[in-house]
Amino acid sequence: MCLAVPGQVKEIYGENGMQMGRVNFGGIVKEVCLAYLPEIAVGEYVVVHVGFAINKLDEAAAMKSIRTFKDLGLFEEEFGELGAFESS
Amino acid sequence: MLSEVEFVIEQWSCPLPLRDYPRIVMGHGGGGSLSAELIENLFVPAFRNDDLEAMADSTVLTLPAGRIAFSTDAYVVHPLFFPGGSIGELAVHGTCNDLSMSGARPLYLSASFILEEGLEMKTLAAIVDRMAQAARDAGVRIVTGDTKVVERGHADGCYITTAGIGVVMTDHPPAPSKAKVGDVVLVSGTLGDHGMTVMSRRENLSFETVLESDSAALHPLVEAMLAASGQVHVLRDPTRGGLATSLNEIAQSSRVGIRIDETALPVRPAVASACEILGMDPVYIANEGKLVAIVAPEDAERVLQVMRANPLGHAAAIIGEVVADHRGTLVERTRFGATRILPLQIGEQLPRIC
Amino acid sequence: MKYQEEFRNSGAVQRLLAEIRETVTRPWSLMEVCGGQTHSILRNGLDQLLPKEIRLIHGPGCPVCVTPLVAIDRALAIAARPGVIFCSFGDMLRVPGSDKDLFRIKSEGGDVRIVYSPLDAVKIARENPGREVVFFAIGFETTAPANAMAIEVARQQSIRNFSALVSHVLVPPAIEAILSSPATRVNAFLAAGHVCSVMGTWEYPPLAEKYHVPIVVTGFEPYDLLAGILACVRQLERGEARVENAYERAVSEQGNLPAQALLSRVFTTIDRAWRGIGVIPRSGWALSDAYRDFDAEHRFSVGGIVANESPLCHSGEVLQGLLKPNQCPAFGKQCTPRTPLGATMVSNEGACSAYYNYGRLIAAEELLCSAK
Ligand code: SF4
Repeated sequence: MCLAVPGQVKEIYGENGMQMGRVNFGGIVKEVCLAYLPEIAVGEYVVVHVGFAINKLDEAAAMKSIRTFKDLGLFEEEFGELGAFESS
Repeated sequence: MLSEVEFVIEQWSCPLPLRDYPRIVMGHGGGGSLSAELIENLFVPAFRNDDLEAMADSTVLTLPAGRIAFSTDAYVVHPLFFPGGSIGELAVHGTCNDLSMSGARPLYLSASFILEEGLEMKTLAAIVDRMAQAARDAGVRIVTGDTKVVERGHADGCYITTAGIGVVMTDHPPAPSKAKVGDVVLVSGTLGDHGMTVMSRRENLSFETVLESDSAALHPLVEAMLAASGQVHVLRDPTRGGLATSLNEIAQSSRVGIRIDETALPVRPAVASACEILGMDPVYIANEGKLVAIVAPEDAERVLQVMRANPLGHAAAIIGEVVADHRGTLVERTRFGATRILPLQIGEQLPRIC
Repeated sequence: MKYQEEFRNSGAVQRLLAEIRETVTRPWSLMEVCGGQTHSILRNGLDQLLPKEIRLIHGPGCPVCVTPLVAIDRALAIAARPGVIFCSFGDMLRVPGSDKDLFRIKSEGGDVRIVYSPLDAVKIARENPGREVVFFAIGFETTAPANAMAIEVARQQSIRNFSALVSHVLVPPAIEAILSSPATRVNAFLAAGHVCSVMGTWEYPPLAEKYHVPIVVTGFEPYDLLAGILACVRQLERGEARVENAYERAVSEQGNLPAQALLSRVFTTIDRAWRGIGVIPRSGWALSDAYRDFDAEHRFSVGGIVANESPLCHSGEVLQGLLKPNQCPAFGKQCTPRTPLGATMVSNEGACSAYYNYGRLIAAEELLCSAK
C-alpha cells in the first residue's frame, strides 16, 4: 500500500507546533508534513505518502544502484526525452 | 496582489443599471426588466452581432451549401476560473471542437446560462467576456441564448450550455466507426494538461504547478489536416475520460483493436509527476484542446507534418495503430515491451492511496 | 521525477530479466504482499516478461480490498447521518458494503468528501465547528502514521467535532497467516517496501526462519520489483531463507522511530477480520483507550452493526493464491467490475478485475481465431 513518491524538500516551517514543509515532486510542489523526520534538512529527499514524509530517501543507496547500471552501459537515452515537453 | 483571475474579474467596469445589483438575484432570470437589463447591458455588448441583436425568439440564419453538423454540450467546472481558461472558454471551445470532429467548420453557437442566486455580477461579466473573446478568436458567432437563475445552493455559481452549427468541409467526414485495420493513431499534443490543471485548484488536493489548461478551438488544425489527406478516418477530442476513453469508444464502434505505445505518448513532466502523486494515469485525464486522429497509413506521415506545422499541433505524435486482434479493446505496449489493457473506467479517476 | 524515473530504465530492467532467466531452474511461486506492487506489475506488464517458472501471486496487500465488510457498513451508517461530514481516501468510495457504497450514500444526500491527506479532514473539522467530521482511517502501517497524527492533532488542539473510524491492518501477521495455512503455495515473499519504510525490517527474520521462506523487502518501480524477485529466486535456488533488503534507498532496519512511537501511543493491537480472509490474530490496530474520545465507532454507536459477506464470493481464496479468479463461480456472472461482490473486483488492480479485463482480451482473440 503504498503510493509513496520521492520528492525534494524546498522549505521547512512550523505550523501549529508541527514541522511542515514544501516538497518538490518533479515540478509539482505540495505541502507535506515533516513531523516524523525531525532531522530533515532543505535539499534532502523524502518519501511521501498521503501528505506525510514517512522516511528520508537515502541518496547514497539510490546512487549505488544507479551507478551499477550506468557502469554496465545500461542507461538508454531515456533522460534526454524527459525534458522534451518542458518548454513546449 | 491580485491573482490573474481576480485581475480579469476586477477589470470589468459596470454599466450603470447593473451596478445596483453587485450579485445575481432571482429576478435576473424572471423575464422582467431585470432580465432585460442583464441581456442589454451584459450579454449583447459582449457577444455583439446582427443576428443576436435582432432579439427574436429564435434567430434566422442563412447557411452555406453543404451538410450541416449540429452538436450540444453542457459545461460544469469547479473552479470557474483556472490557469489557462475558464468555463467561458470551455463552453465555446468544447462545442466548436465537437463540430470540428465531424469535419465541420463551426459557424454559430447558442448559449444558455444557469446562474446561481448570489453569483457576483463581475464574475459573470468576466466569464461572458472570456466567452466572447473565445468566440471571436474562433470565428463563430453566439446568436441566441437564455438565462435562468436558481436559488442559492442549487448550482455551482454558473452552468453553461452551448449548442452549435457548422458546415461540413469534406465529402468524407470522419466518424468513430471508420477506423480500419492498419490505420495509424495520432494525437495533436501533450495529454492531461487540462484535467490536471483543474485538479491542482481543487480544495483538499491543491498543489503548486506551472500547468495551464490547453483549452482551444481546434478547427483550424482540423481544416489543415483534412486539406492534407482525404483519408482522415476518425477524429475525436479526448475530453472527459481522456485519450483511453476516446480510443476505447472508437475500438468499439469500429469493431477493431487499437494498440498504443507507452513511449510514444506525449506527456508533460509536471502532468506525469502529478499523476504519480495522485495515483492517476495521464491517458484517462481530460483534455480540452487536443484531438486524436486515425488516419490511413500512407497519409499518416503527411498528416503528422501538417499537424506539427500548426501551433495547435506542434507537439503532435504518432502513438499507435489499429489492429485486427482483440477487437473492441485498447491495449498499450509498455516501455518494456509487455502489453496492458486500458479498459473503460467505471467513473471518474479518484486519487488513490494504494 | 528524480529517484523514480531512473528505476524505470528499460536497459536496467532487461538486464535484471536476463539475470532472473539465467538464475531460475525450477518453478517458484512468489507473493507480492502489497497492492501498490501489484499495480506496478500489471501497469508495466512485468508478469508477462518473467520466465514462466516464476508465478506471481497477488497477495492481500490492498488495504482497501481487505477492509472488513463490517467496517464499511459502519462507515456507510455514519456517513448517512444528517450533519456528518464523512472524509475518506478516494479509493474507498467505490468499495461495496453489504448493499451500498459511499458514492450511493453521497447521492442520497450524505456529505462524503475525498481527502488526500488525513490532516485535510482535521482542517475540515476546524472550519466546520458545528458539524461532526469523521475520517475513515484505513490502511497498512504505511498510512497509519498519517492517520495517527491527524488524531493526535485533533486531541492536542481539542477539536471535539473530529473523530476517526479506525480499521488498520498489519502486514507481518498476514504473512504469517498465509504461511501457516497448510494449503499455502507461496515459496517466497516480496515484503511491502513502504510498510517497511515506517516499521523497518526487524519484524521479519523470525518469520523467515520459522517458515523457512525468503522475505525480500521490495520497492515499487519496475527495477525494484525485479531486483526483489531476483533476490528471492537466488535464495530459493540456493535453498536459503533470509530477510534481504532490496529497497535500501527507502528502508532501514529500524524504520521511522518517531512514527513508531506515536503509533504505539495512539493505537492498540487487536484481532482483525480481513475481508474475504477472516480473522487474523493480532493483525489490526484500533484506537487505544487514551484516544477513545476520538473513536467514531463509540461516538456514533455503530459497534452493534454486523455484516455477512456474500456467500458467492471466494475473494479470500483468491487473495491467498488458492484460487484463480476465473475459478470463482460468480466471476463474470453475478460479479463484474460494475457489480462487484468482493473487493478484489473493485479496483483495476484487484486480482479479480485484472483477470476480468485480461480475460476480455483472451476472449476476443479466441473468438477471432474460431472465426478464421
Ligand atoms: S470474482 Fe467476484 S465473487 Fe468471485 S472471488 Fe472475485 S470478487 Fe469475489
